[in-house]
Amino acid sequence: MNSRLAAMFKLLALAAVLAFPLIGSEFYAELVAKILVLAIFAMSLDLLVGFTGLVSFGHAAYFGVAAYAVALLTPADNPALLWVALPLSVLGAALAALVIGVFVLRTKGIYFIMVTLAFAQMAYYVFHDTKFGGGSDGIYLDFKPSAAIGGFTPFDLAEPLHLYYFIVAALVAVYAFLTLLLRSPFGRVLVGIRSNEHRMQSLGYATFRYKLAAFTLAGALAGLAGFLYAVLFGFVTPEYLSWHKSGDVLLMVILGGMGNLAGAIAGAFALVGLQELFSDWTKHWQLLMGGVIVAAVLFLPGGLAAMPARLINRLKGESHHG
Amino acid sequence: MAEALLAAEGLTRRFGGLAANQDVNLSLERGVLHALLGPNGAGKSTCINMLSGDLPPSEGHIRYRGEDITGMCAHQRSRIGIGRSYQRTNIFPQFSVLENCRLAAQSRNQRPWRIFTDALGLTDTVERARAAIDEAGLSGREARIAGTLSHGEQRQLEIAMVLATDAQVLLLDEPLAGMGSDESAQMVALLNGLKKTRAILLVEHDMDAVFAVADRITVMVNGQVLESGPPQQIRNSPDVQQAYLGQEGAHD
Repeated sequence: MNSRLAAMFKLLALAAVLAFPLIGSEFYAELVAKILVLAIFAMSLDLLVGFTGLVSFGHAAYFGVAAYAVALLTPADNPALLWVALPLSVLGAALAALVIGVFVLRTKGIYFIMVTLAFAQMAYYVFHDTKFGGGSDGIYLDFKPSAAIGGFTPFDLAEPLHLYYFIVAALVAVYAFLTLLLRSPFGRVLVGIRSNEHRMQSLGYATFRYKLAAFTLAGALAGLAGFLYAVLFGFVTPEYLSWHKSGDVLLMVILGGMGNLAGAIAGAFALVGLQELFSDWTKHWQLLMGGVIVAAVLFLPGGLAAMPARLINRLKGESHHG
Repeated sequence: MAEALLAAEGLTRRFGGLAANQDVNLSLERGVLHALLGPNGAGKSTCINMLSGDLPPSEGHIRYRGEDITGMCAHQRSRIGIGRSYQRTNIFPQFSVLENCRLAAQSRNQRPWRIFTDALGLTDTVERARAAIDEAGLSGREARIAGTLSHGEQRQLEIAMVLATDAQVLLLDEPLAGMGSDESAQMVALLNGLKKTRAILLVEHDMDAVFAVADRITVMVNGQVLESGPPQQIRNSPDVQQAYLGQEGAHD
């Protein structure tokens, strides 16, 4: 019953997202597209933070690497081919995560948080202080990747509506992929590692390999988000790899409720939505944002994802009393 | 002679200047329950940690079916058939009893690449888990969240998880710790059943339980083996009475 209600709610939300650009203005459609991309980013981090128990504070590195990859893969005078640029960007992010993962996964707890941050900062300065990525100015992506297959072009990412639905499709695909992954033997092991890694080892699991696989996969999916972000906005800057970006996505996961994919999506909507709202009101919007986050941590354990169940429980409790 | 599965040869472990284990020899055979006794600080935990791979020895060798496994880490030893339980309950408290054992069973055939397969649909794993739950006496509790079980049941679950890994050697670290007398009696019956087909090392403080199940007892004091032999020999040994049983004398 409850899970059916949840499934219905998710379908309704999807329908609203699908219908949105047909009703809303172009500005808001781009805002929603941005949120959907960040929702993919948040889900990729949730695989680590919420399901494997690895609090990475440098997840923007993989997002940024893929964003730069598509910018660098795009020639100056014509578009890159989507079917080449997308896999290469995602692969680049996965490779970065694999290499960094080998080092950072040797640490635990607070050290893991610090070391992931340190590696991300290193990546940030590579792009910030060298010429090949345009330095601190970044690079413009003058052409969005072309989806041509031979002579046939099924859709055109330069068309805002096409890009929007391409992003929705990517979000649905990532959500479905992670949902399946988490009920597979592999996913079960990740959740076991979060609960009690030492016992997983004594039961015969080489937990390092599982964590490295999860870290690489999360990096690849963050890369997909970074790729889409670069294509959506048409430029990349070192800020894509900055610790603010890593912090924002971590806040989305916490706000949405760790260990819940739908929660990560809700967290992306909540964080970006509130940012837009507050920055409309006042230039001191970060103060308000901070207040909301403190309140959410205090009064919403389990995040937005836990809210429906809490509401239902409260309603039930009242009907029992009344 | 029964088949010797796990053997410790001259195991020594130093922590700085302290020898927590010195030249310890042990042999575990199929069908034999070998109890490891000793006062607090005697080095029993250090010994079991070295056998399970949680702690590397400073000197000495560990053999499994004759093969030197001293360099293997904990998860590799589990894979070849050495399972251990912990003194302080070490389970997945948020998971159901079945999921605790299913994860244990899945470690025998991990299939990490089958990412589109529902883990609950892998019947060989689920069946192995259910069989272990039955053998440990937890039938009917499959759906319970492990953290809500009674202390005694959590100790049983510890053992069920080891059984689900199909371990041939069981290293059990104080499975009776903190149990009431009814629960202890149940656990003793369980251990008596388990030893028929496996080799068991039992680290235990409860003397009555040890003499009720042990076929062989090794007494450790100050990191060294004081005496090793059948229960009758240990019971009558003046050295053991002096060092360990103290004023209480033998438990007749």
